[in-house]
Amino acid sequence: MGIHESRIEFVYLFDVRNGNPNGDPDAGNMPRLDPETGHGLVTDVSLKRKIRNYVQLTQEGRQGYEIYVREKAILNDQHARAYEANGIELDKGKGKAKGEADARKVTQWMCDTFFDVRTFGAVMTTGVNCGQVRGPVQITFAESLHPIVPAELSVTRMAVTTQAEADKQSGDNRTMGRKHIVPYGLYRAHGFLSPHLARQTGFSDADLDILRSALVNMFEMDRSAARGEMAARRLIAFRHKSPLGEAPAQKLFKRVAVEMNDGVTAPRDFDRDFTVSIDRDGLPEGVDIEEWL
Amino acid sequence: MSQGISLRVHGSRALFSRPEMKAERVSYDMITPSAARGILESIHWKPAIEWRIDRVKILNPIRFDTIRRNEVASKASYSLARQAMANGSDLALHPEDDRQQRASVFLRDVDYIIDAHFEMTDRAGPQDNPGKHAEMARRRIAKGQCVWQPCFGCREFPAYFEPPPDILPEPPDDLRGTRDLGWMLHDIDFADGMTPRFFRATLVNGVLDVQDCLRRSGL
Repeated sequence: MGIHESRIEFVYLFDVRNGNPNGDPDAGNMPRLDPETGHGLVTDVSLKRKIRNYVQLTQEGRQGYEIYVREKAILNDQHARAYEANGIELDKGKGKAKGEADARKVTQWMCDTFFDVRTFGAVMTTGVNCGQVRGPVQITFAESLHPIVPAELSVTRMAVTTQAEADKQSGDNRTMGRKHIVPYGLYRAHGFLSPHLARQTGFSDADLDILRSALVNMFEMDRSAARGEMAARRLIAFRHKSPLGEAPAQKLFKRVAVEMNDGVTAPRDFDRDFTVSIDRDGLPEGVDIEEWL
Repeated sequence: MSQGISLRVHGSRALFSRPEMKAERVSYDMITPSAARGILESIHWKPAIEWRIDRVKILNPIRFDTIRRNEVASKASYSLARQAMANGSDLALHPEDDRQQRASVFLRDVDYIIDAHFEMTDRAGPQDNPGKHAEMARRRIAKGQCVWQPCFGCREFPAYFEPPPDILPEPPDDLRGTRDLGWMLHDIDFADGMTPRFFRATLVNGVLDVQDCLRRSGL
């Protein structure tokens, strides 16, 4: 069944080894922590950023797969220059549509052109429906299965930035820096896909395939000194046989259980230390489980 | 003609932004009638009906938490989108250059019972009898069906819904007695140029009687 006919929820498991999956600007870029439980967090926007980056990298130049909220680092330089050359500034969004039909046309064009607008929505000041495009895909914060214990590592650099620093050290020229890592963390996020909103924005089955492959592969394209080794581990979807759905999402999510294996005190390896089980008993009529990864 | 509906909604996080503290979002102490209406609309809504929130019962203690995220400062501009449509010029937001770090103060582990009813609007046709809509809403709540997954103020905080339990639990100890929550957003008046309407919210033993508070607030 296509995405316009079936509601979908998914459980997404990914892990990190010796890296910082999502820094907390309020805590000097330490890995995000739920202060009450000690569990690690990765925000929804962090995951969406990676999905956008993956789609931008893999679908580059394909019509209808542009990314609206782009990261400068991998932005085609020509585009950036074009902005500067034309003196277009992107920080004033006061424009308003004269007629509703016209506004709809612009909204439609935004959906047709940009994968991220079609998928996650965007705030467009068009004067229609508060100027918002509500996307079909909703993602929650990811939370680690267990409390994480971030480690702070000191690192040294054999150079300094300024002459003043060099003078102070009389030529020794060493500086120290800090890195925060999570030795190991297995994170779980939940996602929702609304067929009604998919129909409104034109999010298609082809788009769903791309979203799937983004979730499966996006960490492979997001390597950096800070991230360590991150990998998607499981992606389990519940597909309902109707647009409204056949069962409450919370009950379906409970069917995916992740347990730490006996005897493991400090998990460090997904395959060795964890067992993921999917409870298929008495699955509500009209719901299928699909293992996307 | 009206029909009563009741449902339980719960989730691990919620953010009902106070409009006076929007730049760095701070949540109200509890769900607003407007957010509760949004939840009902994501389950069942037709132009023929208009949801009204009667009561909200709080089942969990009120607790806050905070998170800071990188957000983009601008919205997509209509005029630039038109320009791009017309001459194919490039269009994008660059979050790296257009970044705001904003903190949000949100609620943890919320659990509410919402009592609501709906009124028929003047867009109701002859086939729109209230019994049918009430039945549809109840059936969807029982089955966990929704048009999109409802949320608690922001879409990254999903709201899970189900029929209310037969026996309602007692309110948390610290919500016993009367608590004045101050002026709270009741809803946006879409018919009147998106004018926000506020009311004085008073919590009595963990229950916000919206209709009673509206009356007391002279609305």
